[in-house]
Amino acid sequence: MNTLIFRTVAPFLTALMLLFSIFVLLRGHNEPGGGFIGGLIAASAFAIYGIAFGVQAVRRALWFHPMSIAGAGLLLATLSGLLSAIFGLPFMTGLWVYPEFFGVEVPLATVMSFDVGVYLVVVGAITSIALALEERESD
Amino acid sequence: MIGDGAALTFLAMALPFVAALLAPLLVRRLGANAAWILALVPAFAFAHFAGFLPEIAAGEVVTGGYAWVPSLNLSFSWFLDGLSLTFALLITGIGTLIVLYSGGYMKGHAQQGRFFSFILMFMGSMLGVVVSDSFLMLFVFWELTSITSFLLIGFDHSREASRRAALQALVVTGGGGLLLLAGLIFIWNMTGLTQLSLLVHSGDLLRESPFYMAALLLVLGGAFTKSAQFPFHFWLPNAMEAPTPVSAYLHSATMVKAGVYLLMRLNPVMGDTPAWEILLPFFGGITLLVGAVLAIRQSDLKLMLAYTTVASLGLLVMLTGFGSPYAIEAAVLYLVAHSLFKGALFMVAGIIDHEAGTRDVTKLGGLRSAMPITFVAALFAAISMAGLPPFFGFLAKEEIYAALAGPDPRSVVFTVVAIVGNALMFVIAFAVALKPFLGARVETPKNAHEGPVLLWLGPLVLSLLGLAAALFSAVAHAYVTSPMASAVAGEAATVTISLVPHIGLPLALSVLTVVLGILVFLGLDRARAAVTRLIDALGPGPDRGFDHFIAGLVRLSWRVTKVIQNGRLEVYVTVTFLLLAFVLLVPPVLNGELPDMPAWPSDVRFHELAFFVIAVVGLIAVLAARDRLTAIVSLGIQGFAVAVIFLLFGAPDLSFTQFMVETLSVVILALVMTRLRLSPSDHRTFGEFLLDAAIAIAGGLGFALLLLKSTQAPFSTTLTDFFNAYSKVIAHGANVVNVIIVDFRGTDTLGEISVVMITGLAILALIRIRVVSVAAAQTPVARLEGRNAEKELRK
Repeated sequence: MNTLIFRTVAPFLTALMLLFSIFVLLRGHNEPGGGFIGGLIAASAFAIYGIAFGVQAVRRALWFHPMSIAGAGLLLATLSGLLSAIFGLPFMTGLWVYPEFFGVEVPLATVMSFDVGVYLVVVGAITSIALALEERESD
Repeated sequence: MIGDGAALTFLAMALPFVAALLAPLLVRRLGANAAWILALVPAFAFAHFAGFLPEIAAGEVVTGGYAWVPSLNLSFSWFLDGLSLTFALLITGIGTLIVLYSGGYMKGHAQQGRFFSFILMFMGSMLGVVVSDSFLMLFVFWELTSITSFLLIGFDHSREASRRAALQALVVTGGGGLLLLAGLIFIWNMTGLTQLSLLVHSGDLLRESPFYMAALLLVLGGAFTKSAQFPFHFWLPNAMEAPTPVSAYLHSATMVKAGVYLLMRLNPVMGDTPAWEILLPFFGGITLLVGAVLAIRQSDLKLMLAYTTVASLGLLVMLTGFGSPYAIEAAVLYLVAHSLFKGALFMVAGIIDHEAGTRDVTKLGGLRSAMPITFVAALFAAISMAGLPPFFGFLAKEEIYAALAGPDPRSVVFTVVAIVGNALMFVIAFAVALKPFLGARVETPKNAHEGPVLLWLGPLVLSLLGLAAALFSAVAHAYVTSPMASAVAGEAATVTISLVPHIGLPLALSVLTVVLGILVFLGLDRARAAVTRLIDALGPGPDRGFDHFIAGLVRLSWRVTKVIQNGRLEVYVTVTFLLLAFVLLVPPVLNGELPDMPAWPSDVRFHELAFFVIAVVGLIAVLAARDRLTAIVSLGIQGFAVAVIFLLFGAPDLSFTQFMVETLSVVILALVMTRLRLSPSDHRTFGEFLLDAAIAIAGGLGFALLLLKSTQAPFSTTLTDFFNAYSKVIAHGANVVNVIIVDFRGTDTLGEISVVMITGLAILALIRIRVVSVAAAQTPVARLEGRNAEKELRK
């Protein structure tokens, strides 16, 4: 897969797919999309980058171990669920705030941070599996 | 009693665990003197429980607790009557002395902090067993005592004998705990009660139930293993591998008495039946004889005491099940007396071992001038154990004979058993207390002298208590033994026996016991040789049987594993899909619930048909593929076509996910396939090929039928309506699918992503293991080790 065309296109493709994955993640509440699909798209993006430039490049680019990313996601999702307990509400009750940024009202919710957690778990777990498998190919 | 009293009781129960956490820090700071501070914890609990004495003596019971999971009707609750209060006082009182003793005994030991930690944890668990009200708490604390005693027995974990003894105790008592759990569940089902305080007033409910026998056997399984009844007695002598403070605490007054406690607790509701009055005295009597005879054989001080403990437990079980009010009173008296003298004697054995360097009774002698205080403690405890006046053990023995003696054959048999057992225990008592101290001074490994106050305080206090309890027997009866006997009997009982001479049959039997004891004591060496010959003639005992049992279990699981987990992926996959096809196909055929063949839809559009055709072409490509990689990619064709069909029929979320899953699974499958270094082409024979094809078709057909059937069932719109109506209103989201995933059923999703995470970790671990084993195979030493490990497994 080491063709010049692929190696030239791969970074742009990866960047675009990552951007798209975040877009899909955030629009998920009202349009088709969500953390699970977004996570799968991001994982594919890293897979493409890995096929083009090798596993080490992906690991350098990711900075964190993919499993740590997954762990952080699980933590975020759990904390999002637990936050409601502070207000005496049942576990996983969605909490909403509507701050204004530059005159635009942005609804934020624990539901969203939960979905971000799902996204991170899926990206982390699948990327770490894929990278581990690719890595062994090279030894 | 809810209020400050309840809070203090909770504190008394929780503090040992807190102290267990702090113990290592304290020891690091203060060394052995930390014992003085740590002993305050059980001392506080003792003082707190002692405060209940007047109330309990007046015939009241104390209950209290906190709601734990009210929706499941679970509570953290306790129940104090004469029985549990006496046990609580023994546990905390002797516990205080044991903590101090451990301070002296383990002084300078590198792991003294850990030791304190374990023993305090055990104390908390044991206290929990006797004061628990709810069955669940009783069971949890019961198993906690097994686990903490495992830690204590195996404290010296660098020695194999310790590890074996610890594991043996855990398997026997922990396994018995599981029987107890089953028994408690039976009782719960039969009576609908989950609290001991209610159960003891349930009258004949249990006795009249058709499941009485099953519940009884299960409960006895728990009690007999814990209290080392024959044939489960073997773990207790082996547990002498533990440091002596452990033996003095666990094997005198606490751990091993838990089984007796349970029997006494259930006596009002399960006793007084033929089964109860046959099984308990029978096994108790055998245990008494076996323990006493085996004790004669030993020359190690601790082992002699351990076997007499087995014998004493047998005596207690025998008395509890004998079935007369006197027998209950005798059991209560003996239980208290035994806790005091046995704790003291174990501690004495520890002091001798600590100061003289050996605890072999044949290598000891003439220590009385070097260790006068220890000698006094040993002598007092031994007199109580031998059942001589003016000690509490004498009262207990008189009451035993008063309870057992009678003209009917059953009474005669058990009276003889008791006389033989008591006489042999008399022998051991003086063998332990006199042989090391009297006679000519024998050279010992260490130059023996009196130990520090931390060491001799415990045994001295306990043995003097044995004297005081007898001298002031009226007080002891009023506050301790009468309330306890009432609780065990389930009706008011008053213990009256005192040191005042009372000529009669019991006294005559006592004299007979003493004469018999003195005769054996004078010929102890010959008796020891005779018993040793007898045991050798009998062949291996249950201790060996335990080893065979464990070895057999390991062999069996090795064989089962070899069959079920043979490591061949084809077999796993074949079995999985065969089962799947079976589950999907057989029930609909048997129940005649096959779906109707649907009519071919008339309004199929051209592009829909086109994607359908593409999916079919993908399948054909999979079958026609020459090598595996092509087959995997071809499978992707079919997957994408299905994803498009989802999109066309209005399921964009599903379609999206299908696209991504399909892409990633092709990538990952391809990586895995290249990893496995498989041969590129198919090597199956035609027969295997046909079989695999049949399984594949059966599985596919099963799923097709399931899907057809589910679409033909009448469609209920309840959920659809609910989610459509409330998705935007409650959860502020227009995409119903996503709202369900992250909000309505968010907890499910949390579980799912945890699974994803764990799966990822597991796959990483699997990949790593292969790397390590490949690396290990490259060095000759590692290869040898690997082969040895394999041999170990095969053994």
